[in-house]
Amino acid sequence: MTSSRDAILAALRRAPGGDVPLPDLVARPAPRGALATRFASALEAAGGRCVRVADSAALEEALAALPAFASAQRRCSLLPGSGGPGFALDEVDDVHSLNDVGFALLPGEFGVAENGAVWVTDAGLRHRAIFHLAEHVGLVVPAGQIVDDLHAAYARVELAARGFGCFIAGPSKTADIEQALVIGAHGPRSLTVFLREG
Amino acid sequence: MTHPQRAAEFLRDPARAAWHDGALWFIREKRDAASLQVEEWEELRALAAAIKAHTLDGLAGYLEQFERNARALGAAVHWARDAREHNEIVHGLLREAGVTRVVKSKSMLTEECGLNPFLARHGIEVTDTDLGERIVQLRGEPPSHIVLPAIHLKKEEVGELFAERLGTEPGLSDPTRLTEAARHSLRERFLAAQAGITGVNFAVAETGGITVCTNEGNADLGASLPPLHIACMGIEKVIPRVADLGVFLRLLARSATGQAITAYTSHFQGPRPDGALHIVLVDNGRSTIAADRTHARSLACIRCGACMNTCPVYRRTGGYSYAATIPGPIGSILEPLRDPERHGSLPFACSLCGSCRDVCPVKIDLDDQLLALRATVADPRSAKTRAMRGLAWVLSDPVRLERAGALGRSLLRLLPGVVAQGRFNAWARNRDLPDPPPKSFRQLHAERQRTGGAP
Repeated sequence: MTSSRDAILAALRRAPGGDVPLPDLVARPAPRGALATRFASALEAAGGRCVRVADSAALEEALAALPAFASAQRRCSLLPGSGGPGFALDEVDDVHSLNDVGFALLPGEFGVAENGAVWVTDAGLRHRAIFHLAEHVGLVVPAGQIVDDLHAAYARVELAARGFGCFIAGPSKTADIEQALVIGAHGPRSLTVFLREG
Repeated sequence: MTHPQRAAEFLRDPARAAWHDGALWFIREKRDAASLQVEEWEELRALAAAIKAHTLDGLAGYLEQFERNARALGAAVHWARDAREHNEIVHGLLREAGVTRVVKSKSMLTEECGLNPFLARHGIEVTDTDLGERIVQLRGEPPSHIVLPAIHLKKEEVGELFAERLGTEPGLSDPTRLTEAARHSLRERFLAAQAGITGVNFAVAETGGITVCTNEGNADLGASLPPLHIACMGIEKVIPRVADLGVFLRLLARSATGQAITAYTSHFQGPRPDGALHIVLVDNGRSTIAADRTHARSLACIRCGACMNTCPVYRRTGGYSYAATIPGPIGSILEPLRDPERHGSLPFACSLCGSCRDVCPVKIDLDDQLLALRATVADPRSAKTRAMRGLAWVLSDPVRLERAGALGRSLLRLLPGVVAQGRFNAWARNRDLPDPPPKSFRQLHAERQRTGGAP
């Protein structure tokens, strides 16, 4: 008996073909400048906040001034020396017990100026659910690591190996009830991106 | 029932129909604003169309490449010829893992296959987690739009539903508070789920990874909390390269809702270390469409919904008037191709204005395809088909045309009710005919010849 796999592939191979070429992706124009500024305004349009900090000390100050961080009962940080004290995320065995995390401070690799997205991965992270499960999320991105658009972004992401990667652009949101924008659908109710110079 | 009959039901409430029209047009305008911010928009559309044309041409090879690479990443890959096989594969995986509670994020493919009722019959509870889908699921309805499943409902109706089903206070209609209530109820479902089912926006052949876009983060919660992730996709979702994602993702959210990108664009490269990932590749009629020279291009669709938002017929008749999983212009092509008996009236639910083609991010020639489909799905017994045959007979003979014209002008003057009434004239429904001219063009021309052109 032919397997479904073989039947589907055989049917597709019977379709009239035309040797349609795969287009080259043309070289993008030079970055349009003011990357960090464009990133910040795109992120704000997506419902997020962008805070520029000079160094780790400034990051601590900015966190302390953030009500979502200051008032969080339970929080964790994957940024060494920042956002503490918190519980050790990787020592948690059951991912479901992360349900009540009030604030998670997590590293972002780079930002995308055209849409305010930050690239995050689960490299060295036991529970990738934390990005979507915490009530409030802070992402720390090196200020120099902003690319122009998604073409530049995909030129640098590493997707060959096993793992999880995500562009996060703002907090969880929905407009499914009469097109009214509501922030905090299932996931984080706020997203703050800290662009750190030092 | 046909599209015009169901549309007539929708139009019985003109105020609501106008509200629906406005809601969709609002999204169309957001799409316009977003697309205008991208200088190279047209270049992106051309690239996207070319990448899709190439991929569909060599789809078998790309599916094999995707399968090989997905397996290398640790995912299991399954193939389903039709909806039944898809449902059986998914059910088999759930049964094997002893799953009775599933959370599902948006997947038009599982709607197409009727997965929810199938699993329910086998004692598995499926919770749709996209807020719009959850709303229509609680109402026992299908989605009325592929991106905005509850676009046909008013907030007061959602409030009534939630008061009854989620215990919110009666009379509550504030979207923020309603969403909060749904969040709490669904968070419990996420935490209790033993498996998560998601759709797939793009599957990348060169890596074997899948990409899923949501604004709510519901696909991520479903794929990251329970140990079992099942991703269901039509075979046309595969694209060749990681770099192609840049092209499609710049177009997708801007075309769909006017956002630059969805809040979450997640890339699942194999299962997580402590979990399993199963990917189900579904044909269900797609390979037949791929073999159809005229309509193969319709498989390029990335399900953004822009063609529905702009369609004057969809906006004014509502998603349910199509009685199809995918409504609007693209649904009016795909659905009759799959089932011409059931969906034969859909290619006629179109004014051929071509607005859908203008907004389509992958440049599908939707209006041409709808026109071409009319020839193959036309009902030979319908009043319009019979009228057209009569008209062909009249137009094929100058004497007949002259006499018919004179007869028509007299009848329209003497018995306008009979001739122009919808019961006898399918074109006269919801339209007023202009007053008939006293003389025909031929008469006017003959007089002009006699008087030497003087007025």
